[in-house]
Amino acid sequence: MVSIKELSQEEYLLKGHIACAGCGLAISLRLLFKALGNKVILVVPACCSSVIPGSYPFTSFAVPVQNMLFEATGATASGVVAALRQRDVKDVTVVGWAGDGGTFDIGIQALSGAAERETDFIYVCYDNEAYGNTGVQRSGATPYGAWTTTTPTGKKERKKNMPFIMAAHRIPYVATACPSYPIDFINKLKKAKEIKGTKFIHLLVPCSTGWRYDTSKTVEMGRLAVQTGIWTLFEIEYSTFKLNPPSDRLIDKAKRKPVKEYLTLQGRFRNLTEGDIEKIQRWVDEDWERYRELASRPCV
Amino acid sequence: MSQTVIDTANHIVAYAAKAARVQVIAAYPITPQTSIVERIAELVESGEFDTEYIRVESEHSAMSTCIGAAAAGVRTFTATAAHGLVLMHEALHWASGSRLPIVMPVVNRTLGPGWNIWADLTDSMSQRDTGWIQFYCADNQEVFDTIIQAYKLCENEQILLPVMICLEAFILSHTYMPVEIPDQKKIDGFLPPYKPKWFLDVDNPLTHGNIVSPKWYMEFRYMIQEAMETAKQLIPEIDKEFGECFGFEHGGLIEKYKCEDADLILLAMGTIGSEAKIAVDNLRKEGLRVGSARIRVFRPFPKEEIRKLAENTQMFAIIDRGISFGMDGFLAEETKASLYNQKDQPLIAGFIAGLGGRDVTFKTVEKIAKKSSEWMRTDRVEKEAVWVDLRE
Repeated sequence: MVSIKELSQEEYLLKGHIACAGCGLAISLRLLFKALGNKVILVVPACCSSVIPGSYPFTSFAVPVQNMLFEATGATASGVVAALRQRDVKDVTVVGWAGDGGTFDIGIQALSGAAERETDFIYVCYDNEAYGNTGVQRSGATPYGAWTTTTPTGKKERKKNMPFIMAAHRIPYVATACPSYPIDFINKLKKAKEIKGTKFIHLLVPCSTGWRYDTSKTVEMGRLAVQTGIWTLFEIEYSTFKLNPPSDRLIDKAKRKPVKEYLTLQGRFRNLTEGDIEKIQRWVDEDWERYRELASRPCV
Repeated sequence: MSQTVIDTANHIVAYAAKAARVQVIAAYPITPQTSIVERIAELVESGEFDTEYIRVESEHSAMSTCIGAAAAGVRTFTATAAHGLVLMHEALHWASGSRLPIVMPVVNRTLGPGWNIWADLTDSMSQRDTGWIQFYCADNQEVFDTIIQAYKLCENEQILLPVMICLEAFILSHTYMPVEIPDQKKIDGFLPPYKPKWFLDVDNPLTHGNIVSPKWYMEFRYMIQEAMETAKQLIPEIDKEFGECFGFEHGGLIEKYKCEDADLILLAMGTIGSEAKIAVDNLRKEGLRVGSARIRVFRPFPKEEIRKLAENTQMFAIIDRGISFGMDGFLAEETKASLYNQKDQPLIAGFIAGLGGRDVTFKTVEKIAKKSSEWMRTDRVEKEAVWVDLRE
């Protein structure tokens, strides 16, 4: 476990990248490298991370990166891992770094295959709950009620439960995180690095462009997501579910802020009715009942 | 010691992958490619073949896994057919655009609907614009030899393009023939280990495949075209060198048979090219001066050699086991395009034959040649594309 004072001063996401102001992804990439250093090979499908490093002949990544087709992160990483084994390279971590569209939707097959084959890599899904790179279209990760350009009156369906889908693959490590809790994210990456097999980290990444909030509020938005319990920090390690701070202190509903505080700060939820908000609150409370049960027994 | 084995082309493919010391294989089963992946599995699990063998969950992932492995600096291999190849389409472009020397046998099979597992070239022909080098084989020995030659070719720094080795379903894939497998040490001498100039390397971090603006994109594509042109030089050289080492040559870009004095040349690919040789011998006994040119390499297309062939003959009869709907057979299209702007062009007749695995024997080819020579005598091709043996 690291503390903030022990973090490396080195940066492997270099200056000059072209992320939006207030981009949660840029923060997350910096944290990724703080955790894993530069002995990392990134596999990046079509997503904001393939755009923000800038265009040829420049890049703001100071680690080797394989850009790849949208649906192919899991498969491509499998190939890189196998090649490193053949070359007898042992000290390099392979990281699949994909958005929610590339994970929940078009990339789920390749990810599922890689997990089932027990591919030794870390897969991070950085989830801004829409196809951000193409201009904010709905994905399988977009939450109920959210405006996107393809759900102009709000999405009518709920978000997939991706970490539990991955846990059902019986992989050794599944975790959720949020860049608003950097030490938690870094420690989870460090832990994942030490575990053999497929490790899946689901990272909620606030996106001011897609969520329609002020660019100065990214960190606050992630904190509110956790404080309201709409996003929960947990780990599933070899089937054992564990809530992490500060989520572990929020089992009691009275400790959680009302979801309304999170929803009303974001333009994408402007169309929600009071009834919608009540419904979302009820769903969150139901999820937490489940977390309470899971915390006391194996979940897979 | 070299050894002679009698086996199917699919099993020969597996032995060739082993002989080439392929380091990563990613594959997904599809009829009639399955006995390739099955034999590889047996070789790997018996400990005879030291490779990373990844049984992926789709062909798209098979190619993507090969791309990841090749980018990380090792020799890679996959094999597929028909729908599997077509599912890979997007990744085929990515492989060539990334300049990765992946080798992939394709067992040419019909595309549905309706479901049909027999021979047809439409699967690989419809991938001709993906930037892959394409070989078409006529027998099992050529399949083995071309796989070894292909690695030598595509790992050359002037090439760095992926290669398809096409063999027709069942006619080759499941047919037993004797094949000479050379001594491993000699193969190692001909094909040294793959040493990429660049790869995913933490000590030399590069971003591969990032955004390329209009300012640069064309130059990258031009380099692919240049590599294709260079391949036209290297393929015959490598075939010759292979022949000097191992005793077999396969004609370089085009395998020509009795073309020197031929009035009529039969152009075909794959096993139809073998049937054409038999037809040529039979027809010559009847006094027809016929030759056969089996197009072994379809990409890069051997334009220059086609033009040379055209200079000394009166007519080409072109047989395609595939059709580009709304136009001609693939080989007929390319041949005609190669001859435009040339003086004294021969007459050209196209024949569509053998779709969906219908037999094309030397007798079919003789019929085609006789029809063509009738037109040659009247100096008029009555029908540009004839569907052979069609129920009308």
